[in-house]
Amino acid sequence: MRDVREALMVARNSDGKPVRRPVSPHLDVYQWSLSMALSILHRASGIALAAGSLVLVWWLVAAARGAAPYAIVQGFLGSIFGWIVLFGWTVALWFHFCSGIRHLVWDAGKGFEKAEYTQSGWIVVIATGVLSVLTLILAVAVR
Amino acid sequence: MANDNTNVSIMRSGLGRARGLGAAKAGYHHWWAQRVTAVALVPLTIWFIFSLIGLLGASHAAVVTWMASPINLVLMLALIVAMFHHMELGLQVVIEDYVRAEKCRLATLLAMKAVVWLLGLSAAVAALKMGLGG
Repeated sequence: MRDVREALMVARNSDGKPVRRPVSPHLDVYQWSLSMALSILHRASGIALAAGSLVLVWWLVAAARGAAPYAIVQGFLGSIFGWIVLFGWTVALWFHFCSGIRHLVWDAGKGFEKAEYTQSGWIVVIATGVLSVLTLILAVAVR
Repeated sequence: MANDNTNVSIMRSGLGRARGLGAAKAGYHHWWAQRVTAVALVPLTIWFIFSLIGLLGASHAAVVTWMASPINLVLMLALIVAMFHHMELGLQVVIEDYVRAEKCRLATLLAMKAVVWLLGLSAAVAALKMGLGG
């Protein structure tokens, strides 16, 4: 069987000649780890939040247009499906928020020891859960 | 000693030597802008979540009144600018990672930037219209 690392990419060197270069193995050869899952989730939640920004724009534009368009948005957001969308958006937001702060700490050059990034990873998971549930409780309380 | 240096190749282009300048130090702008907007979004996100909870099920008039408060309008505009810029930078990296073909990549990047900017401008204009009582 061929070594997966021999999966070759055709590129060009600085003289313009085509060359074959080794490619680092893709995700499926690695054993899953917390760090890997959180890294993927950070990107995935970012993309999800970008999609979720459509709801924010819809809400703002409808409110600016008047009471009738606003009532349509509120009707959707107030429905069970709307609550599910909003809660999903809340979880993605809190995760990206906590994981983003973890990235900022790394940017400051701290927390690269294995024990440290495993611990900070679990803190992100727990904080996301706690903040999401607290947000839901607050939302239900003031509804 | 001088003869020992004949095998040393200078890792610098002829153009770089002619100009006599170092790096422009602008190469990290994308990275830095993403961090600046990330830091700005930390307090803005907390404010925004609390504001949204307060506005749950609010009437249209209540939303307009809320947006007419200068503090809310300014923070909303700051959130929109930081959020959509952060989104633009993040989606750019995703596209650059996954879209290989050069023409396709350029087209995807331009389309993404157009959509993000139009969405951000729509949000800002809507907030301003309500906030300034248009």
